[in-house]
Amino acid sequence: MRGTMTGSVPLSAYLILSAVLFVIGVTGVLIRRNVLVIFMAIELMLNAVNLTFVAFSRFLHSMDGQIIVLFVMAVAAAEVVVGLAIIIALHRNKESLNVDEINLLKG
Amino acid sequence: MEWLVFVPLAAMALITAVLVIVLRNPVYCALSLIGTFFALSGIYLLLQAQFIAVVQVIVYAGAIMVLFLFVVMLLDLGHELPAWLQRDRSRLLLGIGVIALLFIELAIPIGSRTSHGPQGPYTSELVGAVGNTQLVGRLLFTDFLIPFEITSIILLIAIIGAMVLARR
Repeated sequence: MRGTMTGSVPLSAYLILSAVLFVIGVTGVLIRRNVLVIFMAIELMLNAVNLTFVAFSRFLHSMDGQIIVLFVMAVAAAEVVVGLAIIIALHRNKESLNVDEINLLKG
Repeated sequence: MEWLVFVPLAAMALITAVLVIVLRNPVYCALSLIGTFFALSGIYLLLQAQFIAVVQVIVYAGAIMVLFLFVVMLLDLGHELPAWLQRDRSRLLLGIGVIALLFIELAIPIGSRTSHGPQGPYTSELVGAVGNTQLVGRLLFTDFLIPFEITSIILLIAIIGAMVLARR
């Protein structure tokens, strides 16, 4: 890889790790039926993207990636807060948290 | 030498990530995710992003996951059947197909060419000399001031939204 020394971890290692984490997150969203675990898989996807940003920030000698990661974390925190509030409100009306049964808007 | 640190951290991140989506008890899933966050924080330290590493632990593992655990324990849900035992198998197969496609699509650009772009000024030596946190702070308040202010509004809106949604 251009710009790396022997013995240090190349950029592609970080990118592949991030890709695998992202795909694991997508798997979690598609396969699990519990709404909270789906939410956790979404957070996993966000972290995979954060890893990509930070890896590129280091290898392109730029600080922009780390700044963006900061904003991604802030937005993720806000999203978790609102999402969990929605889940709590949903649970109040409907005991189950299986996404297959949350279909009141359908049809 | 870096590989000695990278491989265990990457392995821990991958194993805990797989555990998040495999375990049936949501509390165990949340604890696994905390393990993933710690592993990722170690990898950020390896990438010389010390500020991001600490913020990751404080914000993600320390605040967001605590919120998750509160809600998981508040809404006592019980366990769900694993995906391969549920009645609707077609969804599982479709999911696996989509996932395989996605991974191939992600892996091909990574493996086929070297990544390069316009190199910025912040080499490792410069960042080490000035200080990672100092540089992040400097950039946040000069080049990225508007997103910074907008983020504060986003957080305010999230607080108000959560209070409105969760109110009886």
